[in-house]
Amino acid sequence: MNNEESQQQIDSIYSPLPKVTGWRLFLKTVIARAYPRLIGQQREKSWMFFDIFLPMLAVSAYVFVYRAIQAPEDYVGFTVMGGAMTAFWLNVLWSMSSQLYWEKEQGNLALYIIAPNQMMAILLGMAMGGMLATALRAVVIIFLGTILFNVTFAVSSFLQLILVFMLSMTALYGMGMMMASLFLLLSREAWHLSNLAQEPIYLVSGFYFPISSFPLWIAAGASIIPLTLGLDAMRQLIFESGPSLGFASVKLEIIVLSVLCVVFLVGAKVLLDYMEKLAIREGRLTENRR
Amino acid sequence: MSSLAIETKGLGRIYKIRGSKKEKKELKQLTALSDVNIQIKEGELFGLLGPNGAGKTTLIKILTTLLAPSKGEAFVAGYNVLNEPQKVRPCINMVSGGESSGYGLLTVRENLWMFSQFYGMPSREANKRIADLLKLVGLGDRINTKSSDLSTGLRQKMNIVRGFMTDPEVLFLDEPTLGLDVGASRDVRHLIRGWLDDDRKRTLLLTTHYMVEAEELCDRVAIINQGRVLACDSPSALKRHLQEDILFEIKTSPLNGLSSQALEALPEVHAASLTELEDGALLKLALVEESALGPVINVLTDKNITIMNLNKHEPTLEDVFVKLVGHSIAEVEKGGQNE
Repeated sequence: MNNEESQQQIDSIYSPLPKVTGWRLFLKTVIARAYPRLIGQQREKSWMFFDIFLPMLAVSAYVFVYRAIQAPEDYVGFTVMGGAMTAFWLNVLWSMSSQLYWEKEQGNLALYIIAPNQMMAILLGMAMGGMLATALRAVVIIFLGTILFNVTFAVSSFLQLILVFMLSMTALYGMGMMMASLFLLLSREAWHLSNLAQEPIYLVSGFYFPISSFPLWIAAGASIIPLTLGLDAMRQLIFESGPSLGFASVKLEIIVLSVLCVVFLVGAKVLLDYMEKLAIREGRLTENRR
Repeated sequence: MSSLAIETKGLGRIYKIRGSKKEKKELKQLTALSDVNIQIKEGELFGLLGPNGAGKTTLIKILTTLLAPSKGEAFVAGYNVLNEPQKVRPCINMVSGGESSGYGLLTVRENLWMFSQFYGMPSREANKRIADLLKLVGLGDRINTKSSDLSTGLRQKMNIVRGFMTDPEVLFLDEPTLGLDVGASRDVRHLIRGWLDDDRKRTLLLTTHYMVEAEELCDRVAIINQGRVLACDSPSALKRHLQEDILFEIKTSPLNGLSSQALEALPEVHAASLTELEDGALLKLALVEESALGPVINVLTDKNITIMNLNKHEPTLEDVFVKLVGHSIAEVEKGGQNE
């Protein structure tokens, strides 16, 4: 192509284009950043093995233990629910908290920062995409667990169940966004910290047993992780023996989850602004440890 | 006089680097930029030329709001990059050479669409512009290829489209043709020049250590080394400053007794040297004015000497760099500096 031809083409490409700002830009950014997460699930099928088969193995192990010791049958349902919620915790740890580290390594973080959008919209997009993609995995685990282990549900209030789930997800992903902001300055430590947090949270959040089995102070401390109270409340609302094994009343747990939502979302915004300024001052938005 | 798209005043950046365990992890200071004062007019294609580690990328990071300066001020599109980053960002975009941005699972179109949304572009129009620009850089047939399946060069073309797609007021290209073959580099240079010529309000800051690229493209060039701007002018003016004399090399038939003194006696001939060759001679002239060449040719004609070849020796930006720094870019880079 000669210069004249390419010049003509360029002339035709750049007609004036209206660009949106404000809340519309925020929304566009959220959707655009959620897109890779949703589409990635379609194109990378390995998640079926890692995110469904492996959690199902852990669920099966607990189910067989509970059956061997003749624990109440609802414990099987508790375990299946816990297995499903594990997917969300893994998603928050690996695809939210340490995500900005990977984005920095890839060169995306700098492009997110220099674009006129807000970083909160990027984080929210990551959270929304991750949540929706993970919801499918969680549903598959519940479905398989129910079929394989013959789980029976006795939902006492659908409305409350949906509310608890939504609050749990908002608070959990809010916490993920806050951790992502905290991890902004970290390099490979982000990966190690995620590794460190994975197993202990399985234990103290009661993924495979009711947290009322713990001493009060451990259960209360573990309640800072939104899935702890969310799972406890959902079990109370779904299973017949749930209320008798619950840590606190569903109403109280809803109130605490609502508070956690506000704390984590506001905390994420404040921390993100602070960390972004700090990273720009220290020159760590594009490189590690200068 | 047109307004300034970029301005820096006494700009400096010092990095604090933690030493090794042997050095008891003491903080060391590395001056990446020092007292940089540049003014880039709207519509200008400005080049930053220097070896790796010169401070080019640091300067771009400051101007794109990614890094705070330690000293001085910088303005882009009239806004202070440190105090008004939210006003600077809608006006700019940046592409770096060898970057691996985007997501491998997404296609070229999807990746570009995603970035277009961060700038608030309407989806339909963005997709059309993406398709047109991809065609223009020869990537039209790969629009639905996953970006992980692209070669380094094709991926870089995708990145370049990402930069031009949002049609910013000021575009920063940091070594944009790194890793591109000759043809692809030419396509990119056409795009750069065409984009600027299409609207004289657009401004482009290009860093490169390819001298030819800087000479071919840039309206003005700043030569930068060890964080300092050593010279800033148009490529031709920089070369002119370097060379006081105009140099010619003339290949001729045998000299028939002509001496260099006879040529040096001519007005405005500063120096002349003659070298006998197997099939003739090589005459090197240093002239004060180009018009002095006429009398020289007359002397040769009078002596029945045939001119077989005549070359005007043009200094390159590489010569300018060597004159300013004392070493070539390659030699400086071998010296082991790090960006």
